[in-house]
Amino acid sequence: MKQYDIVIIGGGPAGLAAALEAKKSGAEDILILERDRELGGILNQCIHNGFGLHTFKEELTGPEYAARFIGQVEQERIEYLLNTMVMDISPEKVVTAMNREEGLFEIQARAVILAMGCRERSRGALNIPGYRPAGIFSAGTAQRLVNMEGFLPGREVVILGSGDIGLIMARRMTLEGAKVKVVAELLPYSGGLKRNIVQCLNDYGIPLKLSHTVVDIQGRDRVSGVTLAKVDENRKPIPGTEEFYSCDTLLLSCGLIPENELSRGMGVVMNPVTSGPVVNESLETNIPGVFACGNVLHVHDLVDFVSQEAASAGRHAAAYVAAEKRTQVGTEPGQQSGSSITIKPQGGVRYTVPSTIRPQRMEEEQILRFRVGDVYKNCYISMYLNGERLAHRKRPVMAPGEMEELKLKKEQLLDCPAGSELIVTIEEA
Amino acid sequence: MENRELICIGCPMGCMMTVTLEDGRVTAVTGNTCKRGDDYARKEVTNPTRIVTSSVLVEGGELPVVSVKTREDIPKGKIPETMEALKAVCVQAPVHIGDVVLINVAGTGVDMVATKNVQAAAGR
Amino acid sequence: MKYDVIIIGAGVTGSAVARELSRYRLKVAVLEKEEDVCSETSKANSGIAHAGFDAECGTLMAKLNVEGNQMMEALSKELDFPFRRNGSLVLCFSQEDRPKLQSLYDRGVKNGVQELRILEREEVRAMEPNISDEVVAALYAPTGGIVCPFGLTIALAENACVNGVEFYFNTQVTDIRREGEGFKVFAGEEAYETRFVVNAAGVYADVFHNMVSANKIHITPRKGEYCLLDKTTGEFVSHTIFQLPGKYGKGVLVTPTVHGNTLVGPTAYDIEEKEGTNTTQAGLSEVREKAARSVKNLPMNQVITSFAGLRAHEDGGEFIIGEPEDARGFIDCAGIESPGLTSAPAVGKMVAGIISEQLNPEINPNFNGTRKGILNPAALSREERAALIKEKPAYGTIVCRCEMITEGEIIDAVTRPLGAKSLDGVKRRTRAGMGRCQSGFCSPRTMEIIARERNIPMEQVTKSGGGSNIIMGTNKDRL
Repeated sequence: MKQYDIVIIGGGPAGLAAALEAKKSGAEDILILERDRELGGILNQCIHNGFGLHTFKEELTGPEYAARFIGQVEQERIEYLLNTMVMDISPEKVVTAMNREEGLFEIQARAVILAMGCRERSRGALNIPGYRPAGIFSAGTAQRLVNMEGFLPGREVVILGSGDIGLIMARRMTLEGAKVKVVAELLPYSGGLKRNIVQCLNDYGIPLKLSHTVVDIQGRDRVSGVTLAKVDENRKPIPGTEEFYSCDTLLLSCGLIPENELSRGMGVVMNPVTSGPVVNESLETNIPGVFACGNVLHVHDLVDFVSQEAASAGRHAAAYVAAEKRTQVGTEPGQQSGSSITIKPQGGVRYTVPSTIRPQRMEEEQILRFRVGDVYKNCYISMYLNGERLAHRKRPVMAPGEMEELKLKKEQLLDCPAGSELIVTIEEA
Repeated sequence: MENRELICIGCPMGCMMTVTLEDGRVTAVTGNTCKRGDDYARKEVTNPTRIVTSSVLVEGGELPVVSVKTREDIPKGKIPETMEALKAVCVQAPVHIGDVVLINVAGTGVDMVATKNVQAAAGR
Repeated sequence: MKYDVIIIGAGVTGSAVARELSRYRLKVAVLEKEEDVCSETSKANSGIAHAGFDAECGTLMAKLNVEGNQMMEALSKELDFPFRRNGSLVLCFSQEDRPKLQSLYDRGVKNGVQELRILEREEVRAMEPNISDEVVAALYAPTGGIVCPFGLTIALAENACVNGVEFYFNTQVTDIRREGEGFKVFAGEEAYETRFVVNAAGVYADVFHNMVSANKIHITPRKGEYCLLDKTTGEFVSHTIFQLPGKYGKGVLVTPTVHGNTLVGPTAYDIEEKEGTNTTQAGLSEVREKAARSVKNLPMNQVITSFAGLRAHEDGGEFIIGEPEDARGFIDCAGIESPGLTSAPAVGKMVAGIISEQLNPEINPNFNGTRKGILNPAALSREERAALIKEKPAYGTIVCRCEMITEGEIIDAVTRPLGAKSLDGVKRRTRAGMGRCQSGFCSPRTMEIIARERNIPMEQVTKSGGGSNIIMGTNKDRL
């Protein structure tokens, strides 16, 4: 069996950044396993601009952003395999993978970084009634067809969901010759960036209908139209508000779900809120030496933050491997690290990543990422450590579509007793 | 005098702004909460510009199309003409990031450049 | 073109009849209006091999159900399709309903269903931990089973095809006229002369029957809506769980599928439209609510798709199989609603019997009754799988990541007899696109494979034939 210090599952933005940082941190034998034909993951189909403002201080397209990382991976001579599907990972970190050249093969890893990304919520999962004709696409599938293959999936389009992919696709389809009739959003606010609403919808006169959903899909062979209806505060369609839109295509941009089948299979404990693994400050799961980052951990809005988070996972994985090599056999390096603080999201904070912190092991500065459950204006975001306020920061606006972050200093947590609790909560002004 | 409504794109606040114009000159911006809103509003009503991204056909490449962008932002009004101009473009593989696929697109003075590397297909 | 038998409809019934007839030296053709076998009623149902306690004693339904159930296991081995005898339970929710449970038991025994037992609450709970607390007793039928409806139908049709039956797709029968001893069957401009016609046209069987017989029949499409749950729920129930009809009306079932999903449904609404396979808000909510009576905490957030099927309900509520008195040579298989899937193998035999009795055909000396399904690499040992990939590298590429389906399986599905022509055709044969992402990731890849293997441009690849093209053009083509 082949052996690697770190095996990274997925060669998208998270996997690439994790690999590079692990290498910088001293790890040697690193292998990236990528199921697609090229590295870069979903960035390859995100040909619009707006990536990299934080990381490179310039505005790049998805493929350009990916290329910067791919270039470094090549330069650092980090190994990767393309067209390679990971079939299974055992709790002992034996990775079973498959490709055309090598067939089915196993790799023993000292550490594993999960970076498999996410998938889109499908029509079925949304329970949209109606017929099941051709012409219903998730926005990402349409994006791949248009941007990577040059095909137009439809000519008259209705889009459900105003997340960024939906908005971006409204513009892309329009520019490539389709007519986007309307974008409907179930919620009373859009989950997309304001900039995308302005530049993808308003620029092209595409109406956005908030608090609307698709209640019927017509057409036997190909979509011939959809019916939209207004929804009440419980998101239930209001009878009498139905409006028919003739169209040949329905794009769905209704949320992303981390792809954790492999993680579940190896016994990684999941957070039901994020559908991603529960991790500590090292982005390490309940299985020592198994780390997670990027959209498989929790869905991000900006790739820059994915890269940042993945770099952190890469550093910690490298440290884990180094520690394991020092201790050789026997003790699990993850276990001998002192007390652990539990982070409790409250009052509108839906979750935090990480969800526990071992102060001994944290870096000088720890980023705590989270999302809120509703739109909050002029509120405070606060942290309490065992009842004592650590932070109280005013936020003009917070929305579920925008990931929030807080920073923690090691010195703030270093002396706290075992069983400590850190509460993150929203407070009214 | 003319009033124009705008949503600020500076941050998630999305301030609803009103820009007052007189003879094409901005005389007032209201509704914004910060300086960024003011700057954006003035630019957006007088000279709105956008970066345009799309893809063009590749011949002999390992991928059928390559993604492209305007190297800088171009006037918003030039977008349709830009797309029309791209229709006829077909580049030969290999293509590298930054390669110019179309010079001075739609008379904007801005070039259209590749945003992805596409290798030549094996065996060609 | 002259035939001995023309079968109208390539659903499970038509395919079963075709396969049985292929045992003889007969010229047989199946005319199907859709682009593939198993495209209508046979594709959208519960996938249950019913034990046979439901139908009234003495009916054809009862007889063929029990026979079909008994044939299924051997058939699944001969034709290599997924079938499992997982046993079924009919739940009784109140003491006052117990007599109904008892009469169901009695009826089953009379129908010839083996091994039936009535279980008390605790026994049921021991068998199914997620069962509702309200259950007081249940009828247990160990012979009940689950079957892949596509697997069964495609296997029957493929085997019939290999043994000489011709299949004409996209061929909608428009008229049937008596011509001497036999009939002339028209599909638009095309005419097929034949001695016998088998009417296996599902919800359209009344239309064809009424073309040739003065004794009119009437079929109502009875819509059933379902929700399919992700494989993560695969062990939620292990038996097929029915509800005893009670004060809440006819219940819905909760069952594992042969592939490890959980299926809940169906509703039962009579509709006019024979193509009305749309799901409805009311129907999907009803499925949800009724299923919650059988089991606790069914994870409905794991639904990956919903669908509706139409049962061909004849006014008499019974299978109509045989020749109308005024239309000899025209053999109805009409009113084939539940338990039609289970009964299909027996219906096939019965219809072939009617024809062979009259024609006394020779045995087909080349008949081969066994068929190998699409190779499932996941069922191989590691060594076998490695050897397979070495020989055929396409088995080393996963195309559908949710169901872990390889390119090799998709190529097999497209290139085998009666091969898949569309995304749905591939899906029903291999499960590619049937998983939790519902083909979001794999459809562009599967389309490429179909286009390549069938040598057609991408624009011509369809979801399910007809005008169901997936791509409408190329970028900027209308600018």
